[in-house]
Formats: sequence, C-alpha cells, structure tokens
Amino acid sequence: MNKSIRGVALFVGVMFLALLINATASYWIRTDDLVNDARNTRVRDEEFGGPRGPILAANTPIVQSVPTGTTPYAYQRQYLDGPLYAPVTGYYSYIYGRSGLEQEFNAELTGQADSQFTQRILDTLAGRSPAGGQVLTTIQPKVQQAAWDALGNQEGAAVAIDYQTGAILAWVSTPSFDVSQLASLDFPATQAAWDQFTADGSTVMNDRATQEINAPGSTFKLVVAATALANGYTPDSVIDTPQALQLPQSTHQLSNLAACGNTTKTMDQALTLSCNTSFANIGMALGEDKIKAQAEAFGFNSSLGDGLTSAASVYPTGMSQAELAMASIGQFDVATTPLQMAVVAGAIANGGTVMEPYIVQEIRGSNESVLSTHQPVVRGQAMTQANAATLAEMMTHVIKSGTGTAAQISGMTVGGKTGTAETSVGGGDHSWFTGYIAEKHVAVAVYLATETTTTATPIARSIMEALP
Amino acid sequence: MMSTPNSQPVVIYRKRRNAELALCLLAAAFGIGGYLITHLNRDAALPSNWIAVSAIWLAICIAAHLVVRLKLPYADPVILPCVLALNGLGLAMIHRLDMSFDPSPNAATMQLIWTAIGVALFAVTLFYLRDYRVLQGFSYILFIVGMILLLLPLLPFLSSPNNAANGSQIWIQIAGYSFQPAEIAKIVLTLAFASYLTENRDLLQLAGRRVFGFQMPRMRDLIPVGVMWAAAVVVLIFQNDLGTSLLFFGLFVMMLFVATSQVRWVIIGVSAFAVAAYVIGQLAPHVATRVSSWLDPFSNYEANYQIITAQFGMAWGGLFGRGWGQGRPGLTPVASSDFISAAIGEELGLVGLVAVILIYLLMVARGLRAALTSTVIFGKLLASGFSFIFALQIFAIIGGVTRLLPLTGLTTPFMSQGGSSLVANWLIVAILLLISHQARRPQVATVPATVANLADDETSLINLNEGTA
Repeated sequence: MNKSIRGVALFVGVMFLALLINATASYWIRTDDLVNDARNTRVRDEEFGGPRGPILAANTPIVQSVPTGTTPYAYQRQYLDGPLYAPVTGYYSYIYGRSGLEQEFNAELTGQADSQFTQRILDTLAGRSPAGGQVLTTIQPKVQQAAWDALGNQEGAAVAIDYQTGAILAWVSTPSFDVSQLASLDFPATQAAWDQFTADGSTVMNDRATQEINAPGSTFKLVVAATALANGYTPDSVIDTPQALQLPQSTHQLSNLAACGNTTKTMDQALTLSCNTSFANIGMALGEDKIKAQAEAFGFNSSLGDGLTSAASVYPTGMSQAELAMASIGQFDVATTPLQMAVVAGAIANGGTVMEPYIVQEIRGSNESVLSTHQPVVRGQAMTQANAATLAEMMTHVIKSGTGTAAQISGMTVGGKTGTAETSVGGGDHSWFTGYIAEKHVAVAVYLATETTTTATPIARSIMEALP
Repeated sequence: MMSTPNSQPVVIYRKRRNAELALCLLAAAFGIGGYLITHLNRDAALPSNWIAVSAIWLAICIAAHLVVRLKLPYADPVILPCVLALNGLGLAMIHRLDMSFDPSPNAATMQLIWTAIGVALFAVTLFYLRDYRVLQGFSYILFIVGMILLLLPLLPFLSSPNNAANGSQIWIQIAGYSFQPAEIAKIVLTLAFASYLTENRDLLQLAGRRVFGFQMPRMRDLIPVGVMWAAAVVVLIFQNDLGTSLLFFGLFVMMLFVATSQVRWVIIGVSAFAVAAYVIGQLAPHVATRVSSWLDPFSNYEANYQIITAQFGMAWGGLFGRGWGQGRPGLTPVASSDFISAAIGEELGLVGLVAVILIYLLMVARGLRAALTSTVIFGKLLASGFSFIFALQIFAIIGGVTRLLPLTGLTTPFMSQGGSSLVANWLIVAILLLISHQARRPQVATVPATVANLADDETSLINLNEGTA
C-alpha cells in the first residue's frame, strides 16, 4: 500500500508544481497586458491619485497635485486658473482620460519617462515613492492673461509666438471651461460638468487656437503676396483693381469692402487697403500650384507644433479659376488655425525662416533638476530673406495707414494684416488679425468667431502691449 | 507484506513537541503580523484593541498546541503550525478586506469565532476520540449520510441566496445560517470510503475478464464505482459545480487506487468521469460558458468580471505585492471566500502566493507521511484520503483563481471566509493528527512474547491484512 501512497504523493506533487508553474508563468506572460489594460481600475486609480508633477508657466505652477490625505486617491489635481490655461494644459479626468499637455507629457508628469529612469532608481533605492516630473511651458502668464482679458466674453482665440524660437507665449481660446471640474474626485460631479461642457450648443471645450480651422479672410493675402514676390512681383507692381470683378465661369461678382477705387493699385497699396479684386487677380495670375507651395512652406496642409498636436490648416487643390480667386482672399475652402496665421506673420518677420512652434521649454525631475531643454527647431525657409523683409515692410503700412491702424503702438515697429471672412453658415463674419512686433520679435494672431463693434485688431494690440 | 518482527529495526519517533510550539508561535506571528502591518500601512497607527486581538489569536494557537501536547504527544509536529499559519493569514486577510468596505461587514470577527469553534471541536475530538478506529465499520450508513449531505442543496426549501450569487447549487440555508454541506460530507464520505475499502480491498483486487487486452475488475466490483460515478454526474448536472463533483469522485478513485495498488481503477474512474464531463459539456450551455470564461475571460468582460478583476489585482501586485492593506483586493467580488488567494497575490505578490501554496504542500505532504507511517490500513486510507482531498481542493480553487483550471466554487481550506468549511477542516486535522500520533508512538508489545517458529509446528496462514500492512 505504501507504494500506491507514494504514487498519490507524486501526483499531489505534480498538481502543486502545476500551480506554482502556472502562477509564475502568469506573472511573466500576462502582467504587462493586465497592468496596461484601460479597464484595470487599480492601475488607473493609482495613477489618477498619484503624485503627478506640476505644469509650470514662468516657474509658477498652473497645474499641480496636492495631497488629499484619503484613499484610494492620495492626490488631487488642481488647475489653478483652469479656464485661462485649458487649451494648453488639457484635462486629466478619471472618467474621460487626458488631453493637452496632460496627455502629451503623461510619462514625464508621472515620472515614467525614459529620461527619468535614473531618478526612479534613486527614489526606489532611497525608499522614496517616485514623484512625477515637472513640465515648464513657454507660456508668459502676463501675455496669456492680457489675451484672455482682451477677448473678454467674445468667442475667439489668440496666439502669440516668439518668432525667433517658436516658443508659444500665449494660447487662449474663449469661452473656456474650468478644467478642475473634470479632475474632481467626485465622479458624478465630473460627469455632470462634462455633460454641461459638451452639451449641444456648448463649445467651451473647443480649442479655437490650434484645433479649429476657419476661413482666414484677408489675412491669407499675406500668403498670396509672398507667392507673388517670389514670382517677380514687387510692391510697386500695378494690379488691375476694379470695384467689382466678374469671376470666370460664375455668376458671382467679387467686390471690394474697402475703398480701393475702380482702376488699379500697386500691390503694396492693395495690401494696405485690403483690396479683394487685386488679390483675386494676382491669385488667378499665379495659379493654384504656386500659392499651394507657398502655403505649405508656411505650414499649411500639415500639423504644426512640437509638444502639441494642432489641426492642419487647409489650402485646397483642384480649384476652378473662380474658386482660386475666392481662395486668394482667404475664402472658399481655405481654412486655418490662429496658430498657423501667427506662424505666417512670424516667418515673414523672421526673414522667411519658419520656426516650429513649441509649448514645453523644460522637463525637470521632481527635485527640480533639468532633464531636458527644448532647442529651437527650424521648420523651413518659406521666403527669401529679401522678399520677407519687403513683405514685412508692406505689413507696417497696413498698421500705419491701412486697415490695421488700431494696432499702432507708439515707438514700436508693428506690421500686420487684418481680415474679415464671410462664414458659410451666415450669422456674422469672422474677424482676424495677424502681425508682428519687431522689437519683441513676437508674432500674434487673433481670431474672433463673430465680428462685433470690436474687431481682432485692438485685441492684438493689447496682447503686444503686454509683452515684457 | 509480512516480515518477521525480529528482523525489523524498531523506529522510535521523537515527540518534537517543542519544535511544534516554536513553529506554532511563528505561525501565530504570520496572522498577527499581517493584522498589525495592515493597520500600520493604512492608518499609520494600531487599533486600540490590538493587544487583545493579538492575545486572543496567540491564545488559540497555544491552546491548540497544548491539546496536541497533552493528548497526541507523538503527532506530526508540522501539520498544526501549517494549519495555524494558513488560518491566521486568512483571518488577517478577511479583516483587511473588512476594512475595504464602509460599513465594515466585520466578517473577521465571525471568522475568528468560527476558528475558536473549530479549535474547540478539534480539542473535543482529541479528548473523546481515543482511537480513530472506532470510526471504522459504518461504511454504508456513512455513505448514505454523506450522499444526503452532498445533495441537500438541491432541496428547494433549503436553497440559499449564495447559490444564485455564484451560480452553483452548493449552499443550504437553515434558520438564516448558510453553509456548504459538502464540507461535512467530505469527512463523512472519506470515512465511508476508508471503511468500505478496508473491508473490501481483497475482493477489489481480484481480476475479471480481459477487454481489449485490458484486465478488467469483476463486473460486480464495478458497482461501487458506478454508484460514485452516478453521484458525481448528478452533482455536476444539478448543482452545476464541477469542483465538488470532481472533488468527491477524485477522492474515491484515489482511495480505490491506494487500497488496491491497481492503476486500472484510476484508468476506469478517470475515463468514466471524462466521458461524463465531455457529454455534459456538449449538452449543457453553462459548461461551455465556464470553459470560455476560463480560456478567454476577456471575450465577455461583464460576465467574467470577477475572474478578470482578480487577474488585474494580481498583476498589479506583481512580484512582491502592494503590501498588507495597500492593494485593493476589495474590488474583486466575494474576495474573502473564493478569491482570497487572489487577495494574497495582490497584496503579498507572487512571492506571497507561492509561499501560501508551499505551506499547503507541506501540510499535505505531512498528511501523506502520516498515511505512510501508519501501520493500520484504515488509518492509511483515511490519512491519504484526507490529505488528497485537501490537495485536490487547493489545486482546484487556486488553479481556478490563477486560470490554470476553470473556476469552481470550492473554498480555500482554512483561509476562505466560511464557518462550515473551517470547522470541517479542523475536524479533519484532528483525525490526521490522531492517525499520525498512533503511527509514531512507540508500539507497545510489537514483539510478541513468544514467536511462533514456523519450522516447529504445522501452521496455518493467518490473514493479517485486517490489522496490519
């Protein structure tokens, strides 16, 4: 009988061995998938309640995590001026996930990025719980606030860029939303806030600065003018400028909004006064391909930005002459983000060099040590230096004596271009301004969804005046 | 099988009671340590009654040891510490799970009371059951009682709400108290099988006709296997519980093998069960559901939420676990009963789970050692039966939780929340220790005063199988 008992013992041994092998194999094979599964609330809660690093603007936190003293969420995310910075920071919500910098730099904020490997090891060895890294943005709080105040309760957006480096100094979209409400530990409240923010007719979560594209109107004339300069035109080239232009193969008549007369204008005058028929004629003469190439050199038809994912601005193809005429004054299917228009003005002021816009200046460890610093990236050369200087000069005329006088700042060299675009759905026109202030080497773009008594131009001046 | 007593060296086992005491104190420290660390981790402070709680558990551990020291001085010194370690870890984890809920269900207090009852019955058994052999000889009555217990949950008026909760009919409810009669049936049926096989093992060893070159037993000897097979099928179909069905049928087949030393019984039993399980699996849709929730739980996230969230927890625990009180095992439904090993895996990690499995292995191995050591056939069968049923139960439930096997509704011995299981298992340990004690104590008058000299007399063969092996 002992022999058969030993047989049973052997069988029992095999059963336990199977348990041990299975448990160990499960650990090696399945752990990664199970931990990374979005439905693993343990991991999600731990990360959500974890010591996430702050997001800084000018070394001051605009987002930070503070201890709650409770479980399972040991920390609570605070958005110190949520609506002001919403498009920059994005949100970090338990229910709705992440967006903006919270998404783009999640690994750095949680301390899990490759650059933070050494820090993690040291923290583990020292028995400290690893803390998240800090993300320093390029935002200048004063400029951001000025843009916010100037936009007021109007629906619109503003972007300011240091055109020599690409650093985004202001990135505002109005109306906005309080991001803190989405980061609440009270999940029903989070849900209620989300429902309210995303309800029909509510656009508070739309980032008009980098995610929404709209017809740029006359500000697009800068791109047409740049194409013209590259193709033998000069500021003094005389352009046929009728009061009304019958578009080819179309019943549509294009007319001038400004007082451009009914004869001819130089290209410089046409830009200063924003004459539609002049630029329709220039555009039709240049052809779609050349303008498209110039637009793409400025960044159209691709996503702009480093550390952010902006919507691509659109310059269409396969247009009829009539459509090309309309596209040349920033209508038809041309659509851009304010970020793109700031890049256009910035590149012109920067001798034709397009700097890649970026939002994160530095990544720091939890102990403030700098882990990485952003180096300016040249996106490309959109114009020759000479042509860029010429166009920049033409843009100052707009401010001195043209449609952009509201952007004058005494003692400063300001160049720019205004725009008014008819919306396809009706209900008011978009108002645009894009320009630069040479002494501060900053480009600004302002977009208002609906033109009222105020236009985009004085808002741009307020932003430029707030520059340090 | 027989040998001349003179030629056999007499093994005198040491009592090793002090070793047992030391191990018991170590085992008590597991439970108390888990309890205290949980509080320190969660509240950075100890509860006001921690001294009293720790003292109660320590007293229970020492009391259990003292009963063994007094009544079974030669019993195996490792089994009791293993049981106390597991019971203590279970208590600490149930207490820890209580803390996950507001208001606290206070299940740990009930579990502690049940543990005390279990240990008390353990003591009573050892005081009043001087010799386990008095349990031999009621095989048919015990078998009928065992089967009634096993099938009790099928009676509608005894149905417990727990059945609906986990989809198998293995609970009954009397006067508001739920328990699993299969836990008591475990003891009763093991006794019945051991009695029956002790009496009939010679017959079962006889050869019948050959079928396809396979030496079959005699047809009439297949009747008991057939009866057990039928019972297993009934449990499988009507109680929807592969675990219980497999547990009892596996126990019976294994004891048949031990009694006869014939592998053919295992082949017959396993193939009969496999055929039944396959046929039922083809006919009953819920079996297919169970299998798919085992092989691919993520195919139906909602239905398999329990097993999936347990996997999430263990993965989050990783190699060393989150630490006592720092995981979130409470997210797994009924974590304190079926899924307590997942809670261990989450908070103590793979390392902790492996340690628990090894404690079980040690306990089972020591039980089988008692079976080997015993010189009484009934004792050998009983000890190997009880050890094997622990092993099978642990294999099925931990294997189910870690997705080695389809999930069954079995309890994790000594750890799972539940009074019936705890009390039954403590009774089993009492009998195991008793067998071990009787096997290891110095045999009185093992050498007869006068040895028959076979050369001197015409002697007749005396069948000693009844008493010794």
